[in-house]
Amino acid sequence: MKKKLLEIKDLSAGYDGNLALENVNLEVFSDDFIGIIGPNGGGKTTLIKTILGLIKPISGEMILHISKTNIGYLPQVNQIDKRFPISVIDVVRSGKSDTALFSSFHKNTKEKEKAESLLAEMGISAIRNKAIGELSGGQMQRVFLCRALMNNPELLILDEPSTYVDNNFEGELYLKLKEMNEQMAILLISHDVGTISFFVKTIACVNRHLHHHPSNIITEEQLTSYNCPLQIITHGNIPHTVLKLHDEHENHEHTH
Amino acid sequence: MNILIELFSYDFFVNAFLASLLAAISCGIIGTYVVSRRIVFISGGITHASFGGIGMGYYLGINPLVGAGIFSVLSGMGIQLFSSKGKVREDSSIAIWWSLGMAIGIIFVYMTPGYAPNLMSYLFGSILTVSTGEIWLMLALALVIILFFTLFYRTILYISFDEDFARTSNLPVNLFNYLLMILISLTIVLNIRVVGIILILSLLTIPQATANVLTREFGRMMVYSVGFAFLASFIGLLISYFADIPSGATIIFTQVVIFGLVKLIKAF
Repeated sequence: MKKKLLEIKDLSAGYDGNLALENVNLEVFSDDFIGIIGPNGGGKTTLIKTILGLIKPISGEMILHISKTNIGYLPQVNQIDKRFPISVIDVVRSGKSDTALFSSFHKNTKEKEKAESLLAEMGISAIRNKAIGELSGGQMQRVFLCRALMNNPELLILDEPSTYVDNNFEGELYLKLKEMNEQMAILLISHDVGTISFFVKTIACVNRHLHHHPSNIITEEQLTSYNCPLQIITHGNIPHTVLKLHDEHENHEHTH
Repeated sequence: MNILIELFSYDFFVNAFLASLLAAISCGIIGTYVVSRRIVFISGGITHASFGGIGMGYYLGINPLVGAGIFSVLSGMGIQLFSSKGKVREDSSIAIWWSLGMAIGIIFVYMTPGYAPNLMSYLFGSILTVSTGEIWLMLALALVIILFFTLFYRTILYISFDEDFARTSNLPVNLFNYLLMILISLTIVLNIRVVGIILILSLLTIPQATANVLTREFGRMMVYSVGFAFLASFIGLLISYFADIPSGATIIFTQVVIFGLVKLIKAF
């Protein structure tokens, strides 16, 4: 059964009176896997911060049909202070924060077990006691993914999860997300439309306005008419986007 | 050893010893929070703003520490409010409170008739003149801080590490930011007598830097910081007593020496 998780109606939002988003509409259902693309400063992060309740809308509505704590969130890595004195296991445990208040006196065995099992699932149990600053980019993203999954979210929001990671992990991550999409809806912000369009079901282009394309294939006409500044690769007489996984496949894989 | 035993028979020395222990507890814990959260500059602003209260205390003839307490809590709230509303850049806001407090203090001290006694002890600290009343206040503060950080350890850790994420998980972020700001302000005010306004940032940062050489875990960093702060305060106290040099400056010098030694040992 498909369930509506949230709806955004005629939403405008931004900082200090500058509108980053204007009259945006979006509905997210439980089986969605939406790739959110768009230029830097186009409002992608503003959109998810509004969904997360970190920014109040200037006008319009943002209606959440699930509890806020049922959203898993993976922020951009550069928002994290990498020299903060905190261990991996504590970062993951912070994901289960409805028990955090007074947690010194709770028995947190269940929560700890959950954190341990997520670390094991990501194959990073060995670094559980390391400080966050000692990790590689890929390890760090895995840790933040574990944290986002601590509450068994119905909706997972990821902001540029492939920054600072190697290509290997990037592919692995997207496959994992595809698998997780069977249990939860996913919103994935990326600047890299070529890669994510292989994995996502639909694409939302955010550039002050939002256009939710019903498939993961975008044609040039759509892009130009929506003014989505994406990189278009064309060859032959018919213009079309080449949605490629790796550069070496450039001339072989494209969608018609 | 006999000299030490003899020293502890003096009330003023017992007080100084207790002051160094209690200062180590409050500054060790609060300083770890301050350093981890990178709000050293905010703490500097609060510290200097409190000078306005000291000047006011002299002028009105009340205990300067009461005035300092009012000014530091208000400036802490003010900085927090200004920056959370986002209308003033945070560093500019800090500088405004910092210099405004100093300016008010200087004006009040100037207007106070006659000589302002002990003014230097507020600026540079004077651990050997800490009174029994002040010891009781420092003890109360140390207990409150220990209790607060034990009860809410994880909440404080999570909010400090990633404030946005803590908000998404419904933690009372604003409430804790304000409560912790009040604790920072009170810690600063009650330790002014130990090392002075000008030097107090050292107690909030140097033991923590030393602890950070050995651990990168929030809780352990607090415990180690308390230890290093106490070690430096006590050694500094003894040196300043025997060499007859200012206690505040000696304590800080000792802290830096310990930091250097720990760094050196760690390197080998």
